[in-house]
Amino acid sequence: MREQNTTNIIVIGNGMVGYKFCEKLLSKQKNDLVFSITVFGEEPRPAYDRVHLSEFFAGKTGDDLTMASMDWYSKNGIRLFLSDPVVDINRQEKLVRSHHGHIVHYDYLIMATGSGAFVPSIPGVEKDGVFVYRTIEDLELIQSYARKAKNGAVLGGGLLGLEAAKALLDLGLQQAHVVEFAPRLMPRQIDDAGSKMLQNQLEGLGLNIHLLKSTQEIKGGDTIEGMQFADGSFLEVDMLVISAGIRPRDELAKIAGLETHPRGGIVVDNMLTTSDPNIFAIGECALAHHMIYGLIAPGYEMAEVVATYLTGGTKEFLPFDMSTKLKLIGTDVASFGDPFIEEPACKTIRYENKAKGVYKRINVSIDGKELLGGILVGDAEQYNMLLQTCKSKTILPPDSEDLILGSRGGEEASAATSVGGVMSLPDDALICSCEAVTKGMICQEVSENGHTTIDAIKKCCKAGTGCGGCLPMVKDIIQGVLKQNGVYVKNIICEHFDYSRQELLDLVKINGIRTYNGVLNHFGHGDGCEVCKPLVGSLLASLWNENILQKDRAPIQDSNDRYLANIQKGGTYSVVPRIPGGEITPEKLIVIGQVAQRYGLYTKITGGQRIDLFGAHLNDLPAIWEQLIAVGFESGHAYGKSLRTVKSCVGSTWCRFGVQDSVSFAIEVEDRYKGLRSPHKLKSAVSGCVRECAEAQSKDFGIIATEKGWNLYVCGNGGSKPQHAQLIATDVDKETCIRLIDRFLMFYIKTADPLTRTATWLNKMEGGINYLKAVVVDDVLGIGEELEKNMQALIEVYKCEWKEVVESPELRKRFSHFVNAPIKDPNIEFETMRDQKKAKEWV
Amino acid sequence: MEPVKNTKDRIVWHKACHVEDIPEDGGGCALIEGKQIAIFNFARRGEWFATDNQCPHRQQMAVARGMIGSQDGEPKVACPFHKKTFSLQTGQCLNDDAYRINTFPVMVRENQVYVGL
Repeated sequence: MREQNTTNIIVIGNGMVGYKFCEKLLSKQKNDLVFSITVFGEEPRPAYDRVHLSEFFAGKTGDDLTMASMDWYSKNGIRLFLSDPVVDINRQEKLVRSHHGHIVHYDYLIMATGSGAFVPSIPGVEKDGVFVYRTIEDLELIQSYARKAKNGAVLGGGLLGLEAAKALLDLGLQQAHVVEFAPRLMPRQIDDAGSKMLQNQLEGLGLNIHLLKSTQEIKGGDTIEGMQFADGSFLEVDMLVISAGIRPRDELAKIAGLETHPRGGIVVDNMLTTSDPNIFAIGECALAHHMIYGLIAPGYEMAEVVATYLTGGTKEFLPFDMSTKLKLIGTDVASFGDPFIEEPACKTIRYENKAKGVYKRINVSIDGKELLGGILVGDAEQYNMLLQTCKSKTILPPDSEDLILGSRGGEEASAATSVGGVMSLPDDALICSCEAVTKGMICQEVSENGHTTIDAIKKCCKAGTGCGGCLPMVKDIIQGVLKQNGVYVKNIICEHFDYSRQELLDLVKINGIRTYNGVLNHFGHGDGCEVCKPLVGSLLASLWNENILQKDRAPIQDSNDRYLANIQKGGTYSVVPRIPGGEITPEKLIVIGQVAQRYGLYTKITGGQRIDLFGAHLNDLPAIWEQLIAVGFESGHAYGKSLRTVKSCVGSTWCRFGVQDSVSFAIEVEDRYKGLRSPHKLKSAVSGCVRECAEAQSKDFGIIATEKGWNLYVCGNGGSKPQHAQLIATDVDKETCIRLIDRFLMFYIKTADPLTRTATWLNKMEGGINYLKAVVVDDVLGIGEELEKNMQALIEVYKCEWKEVVESPELRKRFSHFVNAPIKDPNIEFETMRDQKKAKEWV
Repeated sequence: MEPVKNTKDRIVWHKACHVEDIPEDGGGCALIEGKQIAIFNFARRGEWFATDNQCPHRQQMAVARGMIGSQDGEPKVACPFHKKTFSLQTGQCLNDDAYRINTFPVMVRENQVYVGL
């Protein structure tokens, strides 16, 4: 009989944790266990993401925040009663009664009633214009009231309070105040110094912060007019949002006679069982380990523990790490471990940079070996590394300040980088997030199963087979493990070449070799592969700058270089003409439009200030380029590991702030280095003043105008691991700037590992930025002149490679999908989107 | 030139293209009986190979545009989309056991390339 095997579960509360419990229980449900789940929720809508509640003001709707639709509940056989809170529990008969009179039997009852806003008993809190900040309904009320309000205040300087204050500003109030009883903001997460730094940042955004203010009374008639403080001062406001903390919703538990704590919370044990063994409490209503866990992660963990227990497993809820990192109105704030432990129980290291709004503090054990906790404000990039170091009790380096200050050049630099390197990560650090592969799993494959190549690792544990972004880290781990095991690791290219890229470049150069087979015959063995072929192709181009498709070089080029275009989903290509500095005439714009129309191309502005034309058939590429070249366009090398764009702001020609002509300089720089092939792609930008609208500091080399000349920054990166470029020359003139870039780029081309961006190259460089600066600016190696000469030689032989293809019948012939039929690939299909086409989604 | 593949009985040879249509140490795609066949002129080894042009990973028609090479002496091709590499001899994917492609015999006579289907 089916009925007998069915376990009735009732969940009281349809918040995030209550929802997550249902989801987890369903996923763990086995064949022999059938659950009948009933959920009672007080709010009128199904569970939504309360953590991102403030995004409601940024334009998200209630539906956007919904965790699962009503459909989800019905599909999974869950009975959901909304706007229908449970009002009584009969524990003897195991029945609950709801507000609307539903009486339902349970075998197990899950209390996920959450918490409500804590409203302090201040005279006047009942006045119109006083709100709490807890539900979507609260936010709707705030939103409509704010339309006629001018000055608003938030009571409470915690995380939610600060978000609420920002929301008031965004809603158009003239003034937004934050009133906090404690001497600092976010008192649970950060210390006084961190709070000061945060306060500076927030005041810069227009918030008014009042600390150490005890609110005595809310003044006004029916409607709020101001706040009277204990120190005699008065703040005139016409609306107030109370965000003074949370209060666990334990009133139902009290009625049912379950044990609750005098200061709130349903008391539970490590299994989250209340004083009644058939009733559990999870989330913010539960008091576990003598505390209320007011974060979402421990709430989810509680849901996991109970769902595991009900499906026959065992799991305990252990004291949960409350480390947090969040972006608060644009400012990073993080705390981890024990942020507040004081000397003499530990040694504390503090770093403060008021100009940048950065405060960092770490607490180190007395013996200097362990990281106990810390606080980061303004820059929390090191949070994950620090948290892992703290949790895994990694032994610290002798100079533990390196943890927050980073490598500072000189002798210490290598010690510091070894701390930041991938081998210092704990074994459970996630390396490949696509396939959920940890560092430990990769290490095991390398040392125990002998998988010591990228390919072998890809095959045995799938790391790096998704987006491939982790492959450099995987390679470092393989080499690190081999080194640890005492194996001498030579950084060789692949099974066909026993040399590093740098060694091979020197050999090829000295011997003047210009073909792939020549290089393979002289210095390699076997038949080559997809690793060494494009690498040698890049070397040859960096050395001689001949057309990459001529001689035997076409079939050694990687997917994009092979046809001088970017291969896209479906097998079509995208075309990007060069638009130096982002400057373009109306005439040229028209031609781009005409070409796109004629060949049915999807057009999009790129991040590098040019125009990308997608969906071109291989067969059409030469004709498309013929038309573009006819009006003066050149290849944009969007397909190459080479100079992409030099972005610019409009500069002093039009901008009222500009101090130099950034567009002219950007065009000059782009024209100089166009077609330059390098170990990886190169991006650049020129800004006309310190406002930095061209974002030059995120580029491989960036130039920012000053009153006196130009500042040169190098080795910046956007992308998945953003890194700011570092200053190597100040107030130099154009000629000097160009000379330094010549040296910098040639030094990079000569010494970097394959597919290594300048930022990673610098991070691996012994001596770091100081060494790089010494080589490029001070010329300590005495190679400056040679580097400049090499660069000049490459620039002199530059030719637009597309022009050469268009003019060569031999090369043009290769741009055909079939060798035996003059037709395009009939398998290519497109779909329509917003009046343009897109590639058909792949299976 | 002699045929470089052993031929089985009842193979039907189809004329695919001229030798010079396929770049040395590279590939090209021929349309044969409505099928897209990738043909490789592995000049370095003096061998010719033919496979499906479609990569089974994402069903893309691009194997012929891939780079060829060898792994421990076994000739292979790498799909240009995500670098799944396939043995040119067996068609087995060398970096993911889940995939394989079909291979076909190739014969070169009087400057003409024939593929057996």
